[in-house]
Amino acid sequence: MLTQLSASELAAKLKSRETSAIEVAEAHLARIDQMDGEVGAYLEVCREAALESARLAQARLDEHTDGPLTGIPIAVKDNLSTLGIETTCASRILEGYVPPFDATVVSKLKEAGMVLLGKTNLDEFAMGTSCENSALKVTRNPWDPDRSPGGSSGGSAAAVAAELAPMALGSDTGGSIRMPAALCGIVGFKPTYGRVSRYGLVAFGSSLDQVGPLARTVEDAASLAAAVSGHDPSDSTSLRDSAIRTDGLKNGSLKGVKVGLPKQLMSDAVQPGVRDAFDMALEALVREGALVDEVDLPSIEYGVTTYYVIAPAEASSNLARFDGIRFGAQRTGEGHIGNVSATRGQLFGHEVKLRIMVGTYALSAGYYDDYYVRAQQVRSMMSDEFNRAFSDYDCLLSPTSPVVAFRLGELRDDQMALKMLDLCTIPANLGGFPSISLPCGFSQDLPVGMCLTGPVNSDERLLQIAYACEQGLPWGYRRPPMP
Amino acid sequence: MVRYLPSVGMEVHAELKTRSKMFCRCPVAFGGEPNTRVCPVCLGLPGALPVPNRAAVEMVVRTALALNCQIAYDSVFHRKNYFYPDLPKGYQVSQYGETNPIGYQGWLGIPVKGGGTKRIAIRRVHLEEDTGKLMHLPSGGSGVDFNRAGVPLMEIVTEFPPDIESADEARDYLVQLRSILVWLGVCDGKMEEGSLRCEPNISIRPEGSDRHGVKTELKNLNSFRAVHQGVLFEVARQSAVLDRGERVVQETRGWNESTQTSFVMRTKESEQDYRYFACPDLAPMHFEKDWVERQRSELPELPLAMQERFQRQFGLNAEHSGLLVSDRDWAEFFEESVRLGGDAQVVCNWMNADFAKLLNESGQRARRDAQEDDSTASLVTPAHLADISRLILNGTVNSKVAKQLLGEAFATGAMPSRLVEQRGLTQVSDASLIQDAVARVIEDNPGPVDQFRSGKEGVIGFLVGKVMRETEGRANPSLVQEEMRRQLEK
Repeated sequence: MLTQLSASELAAKLKSRETSAIEVAEAHLARIDQMDGEVGAYLEVCREAALESARLAQARLDEHTDGPLTGIPIAVKDNLSTLGIETTCASRILEGYVPPFDATVVSKLKEAGMVLLGKTNLDEFAMGTSCENSALKVTRNPWDPDRSPGGSSGGSAAAVAAELAPMALGSDTGGSIRMPAALCGIVGFKPTYGRVSRYGLVAFGSSLDQVGPLARTVEDAASLAAAVSGHDPSDSTSLRDSAIRTDGLKNGSLKGVKVGLPKQLMSDAVQPGVRDAFDMALEALVREGALVDEVDLPSIEYGVTTYYVIAPAEASSNLARFDGIRFGAQRTGEGHIGNVSATRGQLFGHEVKLRIMVGTYALSAGYYDDYYVRAQQVRSMMSDEFNRAFSDYDCLLSPTSPVVAFRLGELRDDQMALKMLDLCTIPANLGGFPSISLPCGFSQDLPVGMCLTGPVNSDERLLQIAYACEQGLPWGYRRPPMP
Repeated sequence: MVRYLPSVGMEVHAELKTRSKMFCRCPVAFGGEPNTRVCPVCLGLPGALPVPNRAAVEMVVRTALALNCQIAYDSVFHRKNYFYPDLPKGYQVSQYGETNPIGYQGWLGIPVKGGGTKRIAIRRVHLEEDTGKLMHLPSGGSGVDFNRAGVPLMEIVTEFPPDIESADEARDYLVQLRSILVWLGVCDGKMEEGSLRCEPNISIRPEGSDRHGVKTELKNLNSFRAVHQGVLFEVARQSAVLDRGERVVQETRGWNESTQTSFVMRTKESEQDYRYFACPDLAPMHFEKDWVERQRSELPELPLAMQERFQRQFGLNAEHSGLLVSDRDWAEFFEESVRLGGDAQVVCNWMNADFAKLLNESGQRARRDAQEDDSTASLVTPAHLADISRLILNGTVNSKVAKQLLGEAFATGAMPSRLVEQRGLTQVSDASLIQDAVARVIEDNPGPVDQFRSGKEGVIGFLVGKVMRETEGRANPSLVQEEMRRQLEK
């Protein structure tokens, strides 16, 4: 079945003319028709546009002007701007908003000849860990429809795991790619901050946000990262010479690779079943020659709190533009401020309003120094601590999530527990480090992910190590129990 | 009666004369159909990101240097958060802090009556973005024009306590500041179009007190005159309030040009909390010391300094030299003309009078250099005025002929000395010719001659005029005058 193939396998079949881009697109659209009613990964499926770009992709294949990903279908998280296609961020405040421009990453997908299948669900404005904060749709975990796919890129992760797309783009502010990748049993990669353009990504926490790939193999994640990365003159925080290379991906091994295990991420918060699956994977990596050592990174304890000051502070300002005046939905009240508060009060969801209020508070006169300034100090202290560790280790390793996929609604009333799930993934965002989650085993028949984090700009090396790990963990990836 | 001392702080916003906006590529222009110079960035669409305009940053550095500021070698942009319909992103990108603005702790000299300058301390020169404009729609309701949103805006704020102590000084400060901005080419200085906006804050305190009074801020001032009148009005209004034993209320007031009075726009109940923080979308700016020093060394001589030099070097008076430095091209035209052999005083007189008049009438401007190819530039070059100056000083032509020559040069670009050669316009200094002409005029005008002889000496001008007409203006007027007096007094 075409939908079970990875992007690299599909690309080989497209190049050898065993199949066509149109057949590949049709197969995925058919499976979406068949399965997405249950999964709920997509907010919008762009059927006609997808078939049209599949025809164009096939023409490029026929003319031999194709690239490595020409004709490969892709799903895109609905906080990435798409020209002519509604972009909602799963929020009612953006219902009806059709961007007049493509995000840089979307332009790059189009230039690569990829076929955009549709836009995927997320926690509203990417604020959440379960996808349950979507104002528009419930997305279910392909491993168990009663469970959350994780978040915030839950739609993208579920789509890839359920074979409704071979690969997808997500965004990661505190773990939003890696966490759902882990909970859905696939690969999710957050590149170094600045290696992928944020232009057109609807901002949540600007200094933390990074766009990245979700796929079923490290190789696919690497090739999608390569396709969307690179310097963008429209994004001032984009790094120079930042295109991610994949040429050395398969040339590494784990022999002699120095891996640090942060002591603080092996706490009691990690479920025993997750711990067991992780330890088993670790043993396999050691057998392959990895040199594993425990490392003490005390600042990790402050990661979540620091993140929950900085991210909401930036969000409170980033989301100020949603005033109903220039785009999106509008509600009316008394006078200008009345209109704005009616629009925002009625159309933002609870979690979004909560974070805007927390962020506004953290930036307010009298509290700014105690919260925002202090959080920035902790952030830089944490980066320093991690950078010191990176002088001794090639990468740091931990479980991606301390728990397997939880039941929908299970943690709705325990916001603190939900936020603590980001413990392992947040440091990479605070430090701008590249970080990748890959499947490493199972607990209660649900996937467990492990997270590798490397120093800034070590993306190629990190992918190489992740690829070697994947080879050493043949039991890591499994198809979910779906037809 | 208590006497009050005014204190005036000045907050000036200057739109920078860049080609494109501060953070996007939309063009900068005035007027036009609403919302025709907009893009996702300056409309604040979701996901759009700013890219700073290098030219704008350089303009602020140059201005800050010209205003004798310290330069912040490391400077960041902040977000100033507030909701207003003309503010697309819900925040304005600006610069906050004491030593973070590109320029801080500078001063500007204003001329003092009777010579010398007074230094007005400047607190900050920073870079931000302009907002859109609210408009009332003909159909009722209001709309927003975002053409102006994102235009680079430089804010220049004086130090507190303010050095400006009168309406005259407030106006002089603005005159000098505008002249420097236009001189540096960073702002077109059009107060009526709003590209230069001034918001003075005014307070008074009883003479002898060192505690500054409650200040009011004045808006809608669209000319130097309005600034002057507005400050005068506020000082008088506040004085009357205090004289009645009442208190001045801290508020923002608008200036009504037609009634020449100010009115309350809004009362500041509490200081708004803008929640400034460093904009995470923009990398911190860093200026190399060498680069800053190069900018400093490349600054042109500024108008006030140049005016003082013109007085020293050429013996021009304050008024004449002031007119010459009213515009940089104008001053450079003058210097070039003098360099080409023109007499400073003669060139200055001709520029400020006849040449300025010709330019005004035609709508042309003085050309920057002889090679310039631009239809709005006058054909008259500095060489033309140097030529005229020579012709006058060596007595070849009188001023009446010189005026004709300038007119022709203006129309055709012909060099005056060439015209003189071609047409024999040489001034008549031949004594016998002048003697004959004077004699004839005396003979033909017995009435005025009698008047002169009976003591009405003023009539001599009329008689000299007759001689000039008779000689088609070519006679040397001082020789004619001399000869007329000699013959009449005979």
